[in-house]
Amino acid sequence: MDTTTKKIVLPGEEIDLQGMKQGNGIYHENGKYYAYQLGMLQFYNNYVNLIPLSGKYYPVKNDKVIGKVIDIAPSFWILDIKGPYPGFLHINDTPWKSGSGELNKIMNTGDTVFAKVNEITESKQIWLSLKDNGLRKLEGGHIVSVQPTKVSRIIGKGGSMVNMIKEITGVKIQLGQNGIVWIDGEPDKVLLVIKILKFIEDQAHTSGLTERVKEILEKAR
Amino acid sequence: MSRSSDEIVYGLKRDYLEKISSGGNRIDGRKFDEYREIKITTNFVTRAEGSADVRLGNTRVLVGVKIEQGEPFPDTPNSGILTTNAELIPMASPTFESGPPNEDSIELARVVDRAIRESKMIDLDKLVITPGEKVWVVFIDIHVLDYDGNLIDASTIGAVSALLEAKVPASKVGQEDFQLPINHIPVMVTMAKIGSNIMVDPSLEEEEVATARISVATDENGDLVAMQKGLSGSLTVEEIFKAVDTSIEIGKDFRKRVFGR
Amino acid sequence: MSMVSNIKLIDENGLRIDGRKFNELRPIKIEVGVLNRADGSAYIEWGGNKIIVAVYGPREAFPKHTQNPSRAIVNARYNMAAFSVDERKRPGPDRRAIEISKIIGEALESAIFVEQYPRTSIDVYIEVLQADAGTRIAGLTAASVALADAGIPMKDMIVGCASGKVDGNIVLDLNKEEDNYGQADVPLAIIPRTQEVVLLQMDGNLTREEFGQAIEMSKKAALFISNLQKEALLAKYSRPEEKEEVKEEEAEQENHGDDNHE
Repeated sequence: MDTTTKKIVLPGEEIDLQGMKQGNGIYHENGKYYAYQLGMLQFYNNYVNLIPLSGKYYPVKNDKVIGKVIDIAPSFWILDIKGPYPGFLHINDTPWKSGSGELNKIMNTGDTVFAKVNEITESKQIWLSLKDNGLRKLEGGHIVSVQPTKVSRIIGKGGSMVNMIKEITGVKIQLGQNGIVWIDGEPDKVLLVIKILKFIEDQAHTSGLTERVKEILEKAR
Repeated sequence: MSRSSDEIVYGLKRDYLEKISSGGNRIDGRKFDEYREIKITTNFVTRAEGSADVRLGNTRVLVGVKIEQGEPFPDTPNSGILTTNAELIPMASPTFESGPPNEDSIELARVVDRAIRESKMIDLDKLVITPGEKVWVVFIDIHVLDYDGNLIDASTIGAVSALLEAKVPASKVGQEDFQLPINHIPVMVTMAKIGSNIMVDPSLEEEEVATARISVATDENGDLVAMQKGLSGSLTVEEIFKAVDTSIEIGKDFRKRVFGR
Repeated sequence: MSMVSNIKLIDENGLRIDGRKFNELRPIKIEVGVLNRADGSAYIEWGGNKIIVAVYGPREAFPKHTQNPSRAIVNARYNMAAFSVDERKRPGPDRRAIEISKIIGEALESAIFVEQYPRTSIDVYIEVLQADAGTRIAGLTAASVALADAGIPMKDMIVGCASGKVDGNIVLDLNKEEDNYGQADVPLAIIPRTQEVVLLQMDGNLTREEFGQAIEMSKKAALFISNLQKEALLAKYSRPEEKEEVKEEEAEQENHGDDNHE
């Protein structure tokens, strides 16, 4: 890892690339480099990247997201995936078969799926798919939302944070990259997980978070 | 689609809230009769004659009271005028739209107005400048800033708090300014029905899945002064009596704890 | 600017009725992230002004016919609460509010990378809770902060300040009396990095020289206020423990997204 400092930058702030290459979230004008949005600078593998600290979910191919059916067309569902654009799920990209006009018998408005971003067209149509391991319609459980920019913190290094939470509470957790989280378990444990998620969101910028979360979980056990 | 996508409720969320309520649980860990934390900052808008910035959990409502001169209504020539207005501005929720008041904001304003008017909170007879000609008009304006459920109670708390500190600007007509004359203090308690359970002070998540809603306002005698049943589901008479009893109980505590009366 | 009055707005010591010098701002306080529901928010107190701004978006533009296939549209809505002024204002937009909404929206748009989000809208709601002269510039200044808080990509955070003419003198940041009884008012907003002008209005009467003076004065003040905007954002987003965290989190940020947790 060739890291130096991680600095908070504001939109329009000039960035010194320190001889590295321009990565994500940085624009240039007249030979100078500037921050494109509020974020944290990361110097990594000879690239300078800006990691957003706030903002909506912006879909990237192969992201796994949790979506809510908000409308049904003859051969596809329209889902709210909490980004600037809805997601579309075509019947052919699901394990199900159906004659046209019967999609609501499989999934209706208000139903929830764990899906993958399959394709993003030039005109920003987001096509989803259920054809991969673990992708499915979600049944039972509860839904909470977190800031999409905090999802990586909730996952933790190699899944360490979320796995620890699952292990200690016995609650099933499915994280969508878009900040939608599905949880299922005993009501008091679900409540505990909701509190932990809020805690991680609030404290995402602080150190030793995994240890502190562990402490809270152990205490509640 | 679009704006309305926020109004479509996750089906599994509805099932989950109903399921846990049958075991006596709420999604934020509260008991059925437990209110969220209330924070009130009065005199937030010094340009108004009275104001209150109310936070009920994550719901935030700003209420301003303006008192101006006006003509009395022909049928009440010796009485001041009370008028209440509410704005569900698009700042407060992705589901609120700009434009003239819709049925939700009008219902909100009228329910709050009813609690204040019917409890005879303000002594309107003392708000006459020239009998039959000029009286004080009390404008209550409810400005919803952040919507996380139970606007009726948050707005009523805000209106009552703002009225309690409001001064009539009588110096404008050559008299001395005086405290708005207050006779009674109404307390409104709103409850939601989820599954077969009734819970007070519903959060937005609870409101979204509730089948029925009931608001009951009481005065310091424990008498009922205003009610409103809302949403398309029904309540049994027993449930209504229970809601009334809960409102009376909570009202007593509120009057002391929140308004110091 | 048209009211006639005998009120003396500058005293014999060259001080204004609120005790300020010609080039002195009223106190300004900015807070970030004051609302829960909005995607970004900010609160500003500027003199007696109290203004909250919420940002929603980018979200699908609605109604659909407003969508632009090649970029986001920026909707600003400036609104005064009924109780924000001395005489109660009838709720709802009047012609003044509609004009102000338009010019604020255009000014904000000049800094936003709108081509990044075709077919969407970025909605900026400016609620004046208490008005004390200079609400459009105070609202716009808070709106930039709320946009940054919402993670909207921007060239820079625009900022502004008004100046005007009072008793024959060019002064900064008019207060209510100066606004009512002064001789001219010039609200100005700029992109601080390039100092390009993105909002400008003027009413009253100024000589060419006075106008130049007013612009210089406002620009200088705007750059000062620009720092207040940045401080407010940093107060929310950077905390003392930041630095340590850096190394520990480095790797995590890289491999987000490829986990399938169950």
